Amino acid sequence: MKSLEELAAIRERMQRIVDTRHTDGETVRVVVGMATCGIAAGARPVLNAITEEIARRELHHVVVSQTGCIGLCQYEPIVEVFVPGQDKVTYVKMTAEKALRVVGEHIVGGKPVAEYTVGSIR
Amino acid sequence: MNILDIAENSIRAGATLVEIRLELQGSKLTISIRDNGCGMSPELLNKVTDPFTTSRTTRKVGLGLPFYKMAAEMTGGTMQIESRLSVGTAVTATFFLSHIDCMPLGDLGATVATLMQCNPDIDFVFSLSDGAESFAADSRQFREILGGVPLSTPEVAFFIREYVSEHIKPILEKGI
Ligand SMILES: Nc1ncnc2c1ncn2[C@@H]1O[C@H](COP(=O)(O)OP(=O)(O)O)[C@@H](O)[C@H]1O
Ligand SMILES: [Mg+2]
Repeated sequence: MKSLEELAAIRERMQRIVDTRHTDGETVRVVVGMATCGIAAGARPVLNAITEEIARRELHHVVVSQTGCIGLCQYEPIVEVFVPGQDKVTYVKMTAEKALRVVGEHIVGGKPVAEYTVGSIR
Repeated sequence: MNILDIAENSIRAGATLVEIRLELQGSKLTISIRDNGCGMSPELLNKVTDPFTTSRTTRKVGLGLPFYKMAAEMTGGTMQIESRLSVGTAVTATFFLSHIDCMPLGDLGATVATLMQCNPDIDFVFSLSDGAESFAADSRQFREILGGVPLSTPEVAFFIREYVSEHIKPILEKGI
């Protein structure tokens, strides 16, 4: 069973990375819309899947956070990806599976997944 | 059972500490969610289980508490709210897990991890006990172990989810 020693090990690993860490200018931000409407629309599995995939791939330059309702409830769950120096990309009607592709192709590969973006739906 | 929904009320009430305690006695589960947020006036408290009450402006109908009450009552249980302005609120509900209409408990590990990941400035205490065995997860303890590494770090959030899930599983399985 997992123990708190593992948490201490994560701390040590992270602190070692801090020195070589990408500066703020390189931090990729992923924001999941999680208002109650978003949770009802399945935002939670999306957040969990993104978190897990980023942890698994050890993408230390990526931060994941939540936001309240983005005001596009019919398109929820919504995920926004902010890569420094690039336009924000808004993904709509996300699922855990789609989120994994976004991590792999957009965050790692640098190429947004066009068919999931808000532009391809409207 | 939407524990996350009730805990979000605490967050919106400006709480700095939210305690989520689960106690199992056989198949009876008591969930108490207690916060030190802004609290409610007696007038609001009287109205909140009415499905047409909300203090939010973005949506007209607040359904978190009415749904939660209904979920408890459908199993033969109850829900009570104690609240005092500028002191805090405690929502206590009992569920009979063996009742056919009892909703699944949901992924509690993910619930706890999500709360801690997304609200790194709020302290959360989660506990589960069945009288004989107990488990607790306290974000203050996690933060102390983590030094300056934030609770929102994906690896940390993923650890918390697995850590909580693994530890509560054997206790929950005894009860159900
Ligand atoms: N823990 C709490 N502390 C303070 N006020 C609360 C709390 N929980 C609920 N309330 C009040 O009760 C109202 C109704 O809550 P709820 O039924 O969850 O609907 P909603 O959150 O959508 O408004 C809230 O808008 C808020 O004013
Ligand atoms: Mg609510």
